[in-house]
Amino acid sequence: MENVVWLIPALPLTGFVLLLLFGKRMGEPAAGWVGTLMVGSSFVVSAVVFFWLRDQPEQTHTHSLFEWIPAGSFRVDVGYLLDPLSMAMVLFVTGVASLIHLYSIGYMHGDPRYPKFFLYLNLFVFSMLLLVLGDNLLLTFVGWEGVGACSYFLVSFWFEKETNAVAGKKAFITNRVGDWGFMVGTFATFFALGSITYEVFLPQASGLAQTAATFIVLMLFIGAIGKSAQIPLFIWLPDAMAGPTPVSALIHAATMVTAGVYLLCRISPMIVASYDWVPTLIAWIGVLTALLAAFIATSQYDIKRVLAYSTISQLGYMFLAVGVGAYWAAIFHMITHAFFKALLFLGAGSVIHGMHDEQDMRWMGALRKLMPITAAAFIVGALAISGVPPFSGFWSKDEILTYALQQNPALYAVGLFAALLTAYYMSREVFMVFYGDAKWSESLEAEEAARERAAAQAGGVESAEAAEATVEAEPAHSRFPKGFRPHESPWTMTVPLVVLAVLAATAGLLNLPFPDSWHFLEHWLEPSFALSDQAHLDYSDLTIVLLLVASTVVALIGITIGWLTFERRRLPVIEPEPLQDALYIDSSIAAFMGGPGTDLAEGAATVDAVGIDGTLNGVGRLTRWTAARVRVVQNGYVRVYALMVGAGSVLLVAFVLTRVLMWR
Amino acid sequence: MRNLDLAYLALGAVLFSIGAFGVLYRRNSLVMIMCIELMLNAVNLTFVSFGSMLDDTAGQVIVFFVLVVAAAEVVVGLGLVVSVTRRKPTASADDITVLRG
Repeated sequence: MENVVWLIPALPLTGFVLLLLFGKRMGEPAAGWVGTLMVGSSFVVSAVVFFWLRDQPEQTHTHSLFEWIPAGSFRVDVGYLLDPLSMAMVLFVTGVASLIHLYSIGYMHGDPRYPKFFLYLNLFVFSMLLLVLGDNLLLTFVGWEGVGACSYFLVSFWFEKETNAVAGKKAFITNRVGDWGFMVGTFATFFALGSITYEVFLPQASGLAQTAATFIVLMLFIGAIGKSAQIPLFIWLPDAMAGPTPVSALIHAATMVTAGVYLLCRISPMIVASYDWVPTLIAWIGVLTALLAAFIATSQYDIKRVLAYSTISQLGYMFLAVGVGAYWAAIFHMITHAFFKALLFLGAGSVIHGMHDEQDMRWMGALRKLMPITAAAFIVGALAISGVPPFSGFWSKDEILTYALQQNPALYAVGLFAALLTAYYMSREVFMVFYGDAKWSESLEAEEAARERAAAQAGGVESAEAAEATVEAEPAHSRFPKGFRPHESPWTMTVPLVVLAVLAATAGLLNLPFPDSWHFLEHWLEPSFALSDQAHLDYSDLTIVLLLVASTVVALIGITIGWLTFERRRLPVIEPEPLQDALYIDSSIAAFMGGPGTDLAEGAATVDAVGIDGTLNGVGRLTRWTAARVRVVQNGYVRVYALMVGAGSVLLVAFVLTRVLMWR
Repeated sequence: MRNLDLAYLALGAVLFSIGAFGVLYRRNSLVMIMCIELMLNAVNLTFVSFGSMLDDTAGQVIVFFVLVVAAAEVVVGLGLVVSVTRRKPTASADDITVLRG
């Protein structure tokens, strides 16, 4: 069974190669089905491997496929590390990705670059699997860069529009900042421990000097911050919404952003070996990101941007879990998050599809009647992320918060407040999109009424007023064609939604708080974190129940506020300008990079051109100048050469003779 | 030391000088090769003389080596001369300056 593991990443790679060679000839929808089939069979293989692994006495398997870089003491093999951690990751990555592929078949219908989309998607999944299964830091880094590159291709998939291309570049470049940290961390690991293979260097981590371990962890943490969009490198994620919606779902749910959390979990023995303030730092960065992103999400109008900020916020929870030593809770939340976030994004995509590419929530409303499946699925996702029992998000978020409370009540308080905001902004989104008035048709009707009036009273006194009404309704008219009605999506799109909705509702079963024998995921992951000094809960069952109740109450309060504000309109709508603009963090970074940052970069470029290039060119020029003087000697006349040889030997003999005479 | 030995050495020196002068002065590449041969044989003569003077066979042994090397050199040198002459029948050594720096 062990020898089929390599198939898991190889199948999406095969799909990539097939689509690369024959994609255009396959066309639509064959290309989509090929891509889906490859990822789907990868999921089947993963499931088979999972059932095999479950019955093994020893659950960590490494296998080297071939030698890659043998360079003295530095040796890297291409091999996989199969343990409960990577197994869990592989399962949900391939599972969610297959559903997203299936969904894309319907969503990308009619796109001129249809086969290319699936080509990128397959490469994306392959990179992510490489990242997860690689048995050393370098192989993980290859996957890491692979998902970075694919996110660039996919975010700017519709590159005809300038903003999409810019968003792709932004995602790539912001990620590069984190990649720098990853690379330095890898170098430092090799320098300090002499190996970058997990199985070799992680057990040695405890013997490492604290300062060295701290340095390595901080560097890899920078990489994780970049990839997982934490403060201060979260700016790329909201812009990554420019890509087609399945891409957003893939980036946010199954792949890419979870890579940072995975990396920190993987190197967790290293975190244990570093100074005490390092986990604290990770926890605080996480919880503050959760809070900040939740705040921003409350005031966004774009249906996907709200979800983008909610992703950042949920990733903050995962970092919080890593910081307080509850690694398995981070993975638990990652899995439930993969389900409900994929569901939310695909639901949003279905809405956007039905609304003919309208993404502004202010033009939606009352869609639950026209898109019942989408609406039901989306609401399940919203309840899950808000932390309403018994949906999955409730259980995973509560685990994290419980561990946070044990570590530091301040972390718990901030986390709980962010949970309140989460429930609020998700109910805001649900009420704006699926309930309330149908803004899209109301504007249409008003406009029609105005036009009728204008026609009836043409030339009358009130024509000015009628004209005014027409002008007022103009934006709606240009936004939606006449007789526009949102529609439910085809079955390839709704089936994944339903499957994900079921998963999002029930994934909590993976790990219910008590009794202890129901901690399936925790026990499953235990071998992977044997060296990581995991936190253990000391609370009594009663305390845990009270905490569960507290979380439920907070979630319900959040939803109630949202309901009162957006459905009942009893409370004022709070959407302040700074929050709409994401607290100006993004724009100030852009301003800095466009102003002083550009000067700085140009200064560096000048130093490069004048200093470094100048030195090198100078050396070359000096050589050529000297050569031009010396080449005269080489005139091509044999006799001159012969004379030089003769004169030279005479001089040599004279020299030797004088030395010999003097010596005497 | 017999006078005859000195005469052989002087003859060798004279032959060598004539050969060296020829290499430097003449333009015809065939003549230049002949001059080089002359120099080589002058050296051979000197070797044999010294061998006889010092009663050491090493001088005569070296001559054989020089002869072998000279034969090889002539093969290459004549080959070059023939191919150059084929391209430019009137070429003198000064016309072949392709390797000028």
